[in-house]
Amino acid sequence: MRKITLSKAVNEALAEEMRHDETVIILGEDVAEAGTPFKVLSGLVEEFGTERVIDTPISEPGFMGIGVGAAMTGMRPVVDLMFGDFIFLIMDQLCNQAAKTHYMSGGKLNVPLVLRTNMGATRRSAAQHSQSLHAIVAHIPGLKVAMPSSAYEAKGLLKTAIRDDNPVVIFEDKLMYQDSAEVPEEEYSIPFGEACIKREGTDITLIGTSSMVQVCEKAAELLQAEGISAEVIDPRTIVPLDEKTLVASAKKTGRVIVVDEGHQSFGVTSEIASRINEQAFYYLDAPTTRIGAMDVPIPFSPALEDITVPTPERVFEQAKKLVSGELIDAA
Amino acid sequence: MSNAKKKVSADDALRMFRQMVRIRTFENNANQLYLSAKMPGLTHMYSGEEAVAVGICEALLPTDKITSTHRGHGHCVAKGADFKAMFCELLGKEEGYCRGKGGSMHIADQSNGNLGANAIVGGSLGIATGAALTSKLKKTGDVAVCFFGDGATAQGLMYEVMNMAALWKLPVIYACENNGYSEYTKTEEIAAGSITARAEAFGIESHQVDGQDVIAVNELSRKLVERARNGEGPFFLELMTYRYHGHHVGDINREYYRAKSEEQDWRENRDPIIRMRAWLIENKYATEAALDELSKEVTEDAEAAVAYALEAPYPDVSEVDMHVYTDVEHVLA
Repeated sequence: MRKITLSKAVNEALAEEMRHDETVIILGEDVAEAGTPFKVLSGLVEEFGTERVIDTPISEPGFMGIGVGAAMTGMRPVVDLMFGDFIFLIMDQLCNQAAKTHYMSGGKLNVPLVLRTNMGATRRSAAQHSQSLHAIVAHIPGLKVAMPSSAYEAKGLLKTAIRDDNPVVIFEDKLMYQDSAEVPEEEYSIPFGEACIKREGTDITLIGTSSMVQVCEKAAELLQAEGISAEVIDPRTIVPLDEKTLVASAKKTGRVIVVDEGHQSFGVTSEIASRINEQAFYYLDAPTTRIGAMDVPIPFSPALEDITVPTPERVFEQAKKLVSGELIDAA
Repeated sequence: MSNAKKKVSADDALRMFRQMVRIRTFENNANQLYLSAKMPGLTHMYSGEEAVAVGICEALLPTDKITSTHRGHGHCVAKGADFKAMFCELLGKEEGYCRGKGGSMHIADQSNGNLGANAIVGGSLGIATGAALTSKLKKTGDVAVCFFGDGATAQGLMYEVMNMAALWKLPVIYACENNGYSEYTKTEEIAAGSITARAEAFGIESHQVDGQDVIAVNELSRKLVERARNGEGPFFLELMTYRYHGHHVGDINREYYRAKSEEQDWRENRDPIIRMRAWLIENKYATEAALDELSKEVTEDAEAAVAYALEAPYPDVSEVDMHVYTDVEHVLA
C-alpha cells in the first residue's frame, strides 16, 4: 500500500469531502494561499476557490462564532485553529454555543461543525504553542473529540467528523504532520467510538492517545525483549469512548497503563483509569496507572521540555514494575 | 411618530400594533408567573422595547434569520412564535419550543427563522454573522438580524465579526437596542464615544433611530433589509429605547441606579404602544373600540395559553440525556 504523510492525509480528506458536498467550507487564519503554517491545506484554495477556503483575520472567537452560525443554517464549516493553545480564546463559542445548541433547542438546531486544531510538545515552542488541551473540551457534553494517531486515522476520522451532524474537535499532533503511514488510495472513513487494538498482548495493556500510541508501541517493543507481552490500544476518539474494548483488554491482561500527552491531573488518563477501575477492578492484578504530561507549563529549553512528556522508556519502566508486582510510586 | 401614513397600509399598521400588544401582554403574564412563584428561575422583561422587535421583524420574511438575547421574548413573538409553546418553555414543559430544555433565555423557533436567544451577552453576534455567510455562499437571499443590547458593545466579539461582515459584504443587520442600561449600570458609564461610530469605523453604514416609534423603525428596516438582500450589507442600527422593568424580574428596588421619575416619563410619554394607538386613531386606521377589542382578544389568548402551560406536563425524566448529540438517543444509556 502507498504511504503518505499525515499532512497529506488531512489534505485528501478535506478535498474528498469538499468534492462530495459543496456545503463544506474551511474558515481560519492563513488557510487559503498560505495553506496554514504547516502547509497542511496547500492546493485546496486552487481547487475550491476563496469562497470555500476562507482566510479570516486573526479573530479566533469571531471566526469560530461565524462557523457556528454557518453550521446552524446549512453549511458544514471546518474551522481551522492554528494552534490548539488558542482554544482558550474560543471557549465561549465552542463550549457555550456550539456544544449546547442542539440540547438547549430540544433537538431542533444542529451544529455540524469541525474544529481542526493541534496538540503536542517538544517542538521548542514554549508554553503557549505546545499544549495538549483535548481533556478540557472532552469535559463538555455535546462535543465529540477525535485524536488521530497516524495518517491513516487522521484521514478516516476527519472524514467521519465532517459528515457528523455534531460539533467535533479533532486534535492533530503537530509533530506528526510529516510522519508517513499506509493509507489506501480508495475512500474510507473510521467510525467514532471504536478503539483500535494496535498490537495484541497478554501481560499488560498500554492505552495511548494520538502520538502516545507510538510511544506505547515502542515501549511494547522494549517489553517484548524482556519477555513481557503488551497489548496496545488506541481509543481513536475520547468522546465517544470505546469503554468496552478498553475494559475487555484490562480484564484480559489484568494490568493497565494509560498514556496521554495532556497534563496528568484531571485529564484523559485519570478518566480512563477510573473507568477501568470501576468496571474491571476484580480482574486487576495491579493498580491502573497513568502517565501524562508533567503538571507544569511547557518550558522552552530542550533540556526541560523533553522531560515533561511521556516517553517509551518511562512507559517501559512503569510496565516492568507493574508486571513484577513492585509497589508503584505515585507518578 | 413618523409622518409615514402613505407608506404604511392599514393592515401593516394594525399588524404591528397587534404584535406590540402581544409582546406587552406576554411579558405582563410572564411577570405575574414570576411574582406568583409559578415560574422556575428568573426572566428578563422586554416591556418598553416592543417597537424595536416588531418594527424590524415586520420587515423580514419568515425565512430570514434572527438571533436574540436573554431579553428575548419580544424578538420571539415578533418573529412569529406562538404563545402556548412559549409559555410552556418558560415553565419548563414538554410542549415548549425547546421541550423545556432551554427556558426563557434560550427559546429558539427555527421554523420562523429564530436561531435562539442567548444568555451570553453578545454571544450570538458570531452566529448571526455566520447565518449571513450561509446566505451569501448558498445565495438564498436571506438576511440575518442580530439583536443585542448596548451592553454587548463592550464585548470584543462584536468588533471581530463586524470586521469580517464588512470585509465579506454579508447580509447582516446589527440591531443594537440601546435601553440606557447595561444590567445595573448606566450605558454612559460603560461605553466611551458613540455607539454608531463603532460600526462606522469598519465602513458599515449606521443609523440611529427612535426605538419607540414602530413606524420609523419599520420604515428604515424595510429599506435596509432590501439593500442587504441586494448585497449592500452589512448595516448597523442603534435603536434608542427603554426597559420598563429592572434587569430581570427580581430587580425591583433599583432606585440606586435609576429614578422612578425617569421610568414614569418613558412609560407615560414615550410608550411605543400608546403612541401607535394614537397614531392609528388619528389616521383613522382604527377606532378606539376596535383597538380595545384587539387588546382584549390578545389578553384572552395569553391567559388561555398561560392556563394551558400551567397544566401541561413536564418532560419525562428520561429526556434528560436526550438531544446531547444528534445521533445518540440517550447518551447515558
